[in-house]
Amino acid sequence: MNSRMRDTVQGYLFISPVVLGLLIFTIGPMLASFYMSFTKFPLLRAPEWIGLRNYVVMFTSDRNFWQACKVTLIYAGTSVPLGLVGAFVLAMLLNQRVKGIAFFRTSFYMPAIVPAIASLILWGWLMNRDYGLINAVLVRLGIPKFSFFAEPETALASMVMMSLWGVGAGMIIYLAGLQGIPESLYEAGKLDGANELQLFRNITIPMMTPTIFFNLVMGLIAASQTFVNAFVLTSGGPLKATYFYNLMLYERAFNWTQMGMASAMAWFLLFVVLILTLLVFRSSGLWVFYEVEVK
Amino acid sequence: MTVSEKDVHVGILDLDWRRRPKQGFRILLIYLILGVSAVVFLLPLLWMVTTSLKTQAEIYVFPPTFFPETYRWQNFPEGWTYESMQWTRWLMNTLAITASVMVGTLISATLCGYGFARISFPGRDLWFILVLASIMLPGTVTLIPLFVGFHRVGWLDTLLPLTVPAFFGGGAFNIFLMRQFFKGIPVELEEAALIDGAGRLRILWQIFVPLSGPVIAATSVFTFQAVWNDYFGPLIFLTSQENYTLALGITFFKGLYNTQIPYMMAMSFLMVIPIIIVFFFAQKLMIRGVILSGIQA
Repeated sequence: MNSRMRDTVQGYLFISPVVLGLLIFTIGPMLASFYMSFTKFPLLRAPEWIGLRNYVVMFTSDRNFWQACKVTLIYAGTSVPLGLVGAFVLAMLLNQRVKGIAFFRTSFYMPAIVPAIASLILWGWLMNRDYGLINAVLVRLGIPKFSFFAEPETALASMVMMSLWGVGAGMIIYLAGLQGIPESLYEAGKLDGANELQLFRNITIPMMTPTIFFNLVMGLIAASQTFVNAFVLTSGGPLKATYFYNLMLYERAFNWTQMGMASAMAWFLLFVVLILTLLVFRSSGLWVFYEVEVK
Repeated sequence: MTVSEKDVHVGILDLDWRRRPKQGFRILLIYLILGVSAVVFLLPLLWMVTTSLKTQAEIYVFPPTFFPETYRWQNFPEGWTYESMQWTRWLMNTLAITASVMVGTLISATLCGYGFARISFPGRDLWFILVLASIMLPGTVTLIPLFVGFHRVGWLDTLLPLTVPAFFGGGAFNIFLMRQFFKGIPVELEEAALIDGAGRLRILWQIFVPLSGPVIAATSVFTFQAVWNDYFGPLIFLTSQENYTLALGITFFKGLYNTQIPYMMAMSFLMVIPIIIVFFFAQKLMIRGVILSGIQA
């Protein structure tokens, strides 16, 4: 056996766990799910082929479906940009060379590692309309109590606010990006007489676009799959104001055992996420600046 | 161009505000914003702790007291053994799942990471791209067939659906971390061993693993965190109470005793403690890992 052959055999042996894993736990199930989306499948009986009916029902006669799409889109469309800006501002602050930065960095990052369940329980209580801490602060400041999860008008906005507590993860990535910008660029800019705002606009922002791009894509993908918040805190209410897409999918699959319908929903989500990601990638040529390495 | 503007970026701030009043004001402003933000980020956690020590009566007071009137430490043992709650059992389940997933992840991510980093063979890059692409795949697309499959083989309501997949790759992100790290290990070490006739597994075990302390630690910490915090997996695959994990236990408690706020906070806080301890020990490693994911991807 020549060395090339041997490398091929050994290479595949080494990566065989993930090859098998992808086939068994990702690609296989994906294909199965695609097939199931064209069937009526109540779990205990065999799937029955019904063509496009799941999709037709989903798009035309299920009012909840569009509500779920709307809720998820609004949430992604607000929490992702706000989170990006919030994380960026915090990272800029931490990039100032003042004493005690380690303490602040830890404080901002810590909420991002708190188990989702624990932080939901906590925020449910903080945002309690009658006894919550936040309303206590508002009342002290002379502002009327906020309803948070108790009213349809405020429930989704409250979820967005809650999500901002976890911006630490994105912040850490931005901070690394900021610290990777060569000092010489700023010095050159200042020699040319640029003020701080100009330095920020013409050096910091362009150099950070790849990082912003990464956080944007990952943020959109994560937001489109929001589930636990609504499942634990609001059950999608009040009046379906927090009825997230994946909550509906979960109900179809596990409360109603409509495995076919749930699979159709999963594929539509994949399709939308794919389109969104492609659009972001396409647009990246316009705004993401990739440094050409010169050595 | 003033001196102060330059210094901000070069990194030597003169803290003597009398000599540079403009910069002194700037520093004050930065600290003010940092301080307010730190309060906003930390106060909720502190609130969790103080609430867990209050009496049931003190919870329903408005405006609320910040520090408890009496520190009721017995909330912790009482919450732990409250009525039908099986916290000890749930802790054991969580630990069992966490330990198995960590073992599976470390073994398989090390093997795969080495294969991707150090052996060249046709199809390698394609598989690596597939691995990376799987990071972006919405989980629900595979969820239902997996549920059906686990149902067919009788694995539902056991710990197997939550642990066995870890032995098959250990997660795209961990493979990626391992690969990046292994790529940085000098080739000469490996070539010498290969010429001496050492097998690849032995090279991996005797040369690479001893050098890979940081990445193994980072992978362990990330895996620990992910499994400890996971809610969705246990929710889908576990049904009977005695198989619950801590995360499921907390929502179960909430469902039954929605008004027992101090107990609920006490149990939530217990669940947070290990995460915070690990974080303090591994902060540098974790931050480096998060950064690596952001910069390289």
